[in-house]
Amino acid sequence: MNAPGEGPILEAPILEARGLTRRFGGLVAVDDFSFTVREGAIHGLIGPNGAGKTTTFNVISGFYAPTAGQVLYRGRDISGRKTSALAAMGLVRTFQGSTLFQEFTVLDNVRVGRHLSAGAGFVSRLLGADRASERAADARARENLAFFGLQDLADEPVSNLPHGHQRMLGMAVALAAEPSVLLLDEPFTGMNPEETRRMMDLVRRIRDRGVTVMLVEHDMQAVMNLCDIITVMNFGALLVEGAPDDVRNDPAVIEAYLGAATDNGAGHAA
Amino acid sequence: MPEPAGAANPENSVWRIAGRLKLVFLFAALAVLPYLLSYSQQEIAVLLVVNVLLVCSYRLMTLTGEWSLGHVVIMGVGAYASALLSKRLGMPVPVSMLAGGIVAAGTSAILSFPLFRMKGFYFLIGSFAAGEIIRLIWKRFTDPFGGPKGLKRIDAFPDIDTGFLSIDFYEPVNYYFLALVVVSASLFVLYRIERSRIGLTFHAIHWQDRLAESVGVDTFRYRTLAFVIASFFAGIAGGLYGHYVGAVNPTRFGVDQMVYVLVWAIVGGTATFHGPILGVVVLTVINEIVLRGLGLDTVRPLIYGAILILSVLYLPDGLESVGPRLRAWVQRRRAGPAAAGGGAA
Repeated sequence: MNAPGEGPILEAPILEARGLTRRFGGLVAVDDFSFTVREGAIHGLIGPNGAGKTTTFNVISGFYAPTAGQVLYRGRDISGRKTSALAAMGLVRTFQGSTLFQEFTVLDNVRVGRHLSAGAGFVSRLLGADRASERAADARARENLAFFGLQDLADEPVSNLPHGHQRMLGMAVALAAEPSVLLLDEPFTGMNPEETRRMMDLVRRIRDRGVTVMLVEHDMQAVMNLCDIITVMNFGALLVEGAPDDVRNDPAVIEAYLGAATDNGAGHAA
Repeated sequence: MPEPAGAANPENSVWRIAGRLKLVFLFAALAVLPYLLSYSQQEIAVLLVVNVLLVCSYRLMTLTGEWSLGHVVIMGVGAYASALLSKRLGMPVPVSMLAGGIVAAGTSAILSFPLFRMKGFYFLIGSFAAGEIIRLIWKRFTDPFGGPKGLKRIDAFPDIDTGFLSIDFYEPVNYYFLALVVVSASLFVLYRIERSRIGLTFHAIHWQDRLAESVGVDTFRYRTLAFVIASFFAGIAGGLYGHYVGAVNPTRFGVDQMVYVLVWAIVGGTATFHGPILGVVVLTVINEIVLRGLGLDTVRPLIYGAILILSVLYLPDGLESVGPRLRAWVQRRRAGPAAAGGGAA
């Protein structure tokens, strides 16, 4: 029943991996892995621990070059390009945990996020002639904060923020870069159910703004409720791809997560 | 003590005027200063002003989080370039000084390709190795660089003679003012850079280079930019030094000099713009007045080492943290009686 993902691929893929492979010495972390993400989707990438999700993520976002295979973004081969170049093309990632500029204020974090859109020449920065574009960048940064309900905390140092707010700020920084594709690295880790619910709502609203979302996540319930399509990895390769309901009931997925069903003769879905 | 580069200040015009006044007083004091000093102290004051530019340019580099051991050699590149350009090509000294800065900046732009493949400790060692290679080139190629003896009889800064006003830059007082003008202008540029979005981006790279990269900051380019700007001003400092002293040699730009720059920066503190200036001024005063007065200036490295250790142990945020600490202490003392009644203050 290992039906490859012939699911609801409606439009041309915005992001695609073809035969993606990444080796670390003798270890093959990602092995001939292919998937497609269609524009406007919330696409989940799941799999048991050590399946190669994070490595895949790091290859897509340019932290590692693939050993073999390609990553295509809007049909262009982007494998091995610098993360900053990918961000300029509209492919922006977030990080696990509260990876932020902890020493900055909340607003300054988002201002850095607006790096690409707040361009100005060196001399105009020196002379202060960038004031108009900086003011516009500030206004947009405050809008980005307001989207996450963080506008009243703009001048707080990040280190004063509770964990949940820091996670949202991480998304705000990424969204400030105006991505077309947002790659979320475990956005729900360490959140309580209420925070998870709010975060899911925010992810949907980000998608409704026209941003394609791809996320790696451990929280099964969140993934099942949120994603339009789910790709399941195991041992660095594609296991199953499909809609949440198909994936949930797929014996191969259940086996990958819970071990071989034949051992006890009964494999119940979690 | 973070100082977010772009934090919008409230419209506190009183504070702004107070800040301007402080600057006016500072420059007034700097203008009077040389007339209160002896001839030899005036010479030290010239070198101190040059060293202020050296350590401030070094701080700009450290904003991105990378500490280099080649900064003094880069200063030497500026000094050698300016000396050779004026001596061999007959370039006017003010122009050659500027050209020295540009050569220093260009050198670091080339060096950044191998060096910024590394970070942290590896970059530190790499920058040391690069600096030593440059010094070996000076020593080996006697033809333009004069070998181990270096260059002598470097052209002096040309006198200004407009009939009623004539300035002879051989006089330390006059060279002091020249250096003061050049260094003030340079510090202003460095300050503006740090206060702009460029400075914010440097800080961002320091604290989370992966996050900065993920929102489109080309961290390699910005590290290179910081290195090149810092090197340009180090080269200017080198030019000011070379045309004042009249001689440069490879030993003058050796690693022991670099250690002094590090000690100034660390003892002063690098979190604020004025920290390294405090460091170099205080340590120079200690060195030249106290140690020389006590006849201890031959054991300078020993004393500097002790000061470094003491400051790391007891003043880890540098001399720049003394002021805010004192202010907080005074406020606590003042709030003391009131707080005793109220509890939390």
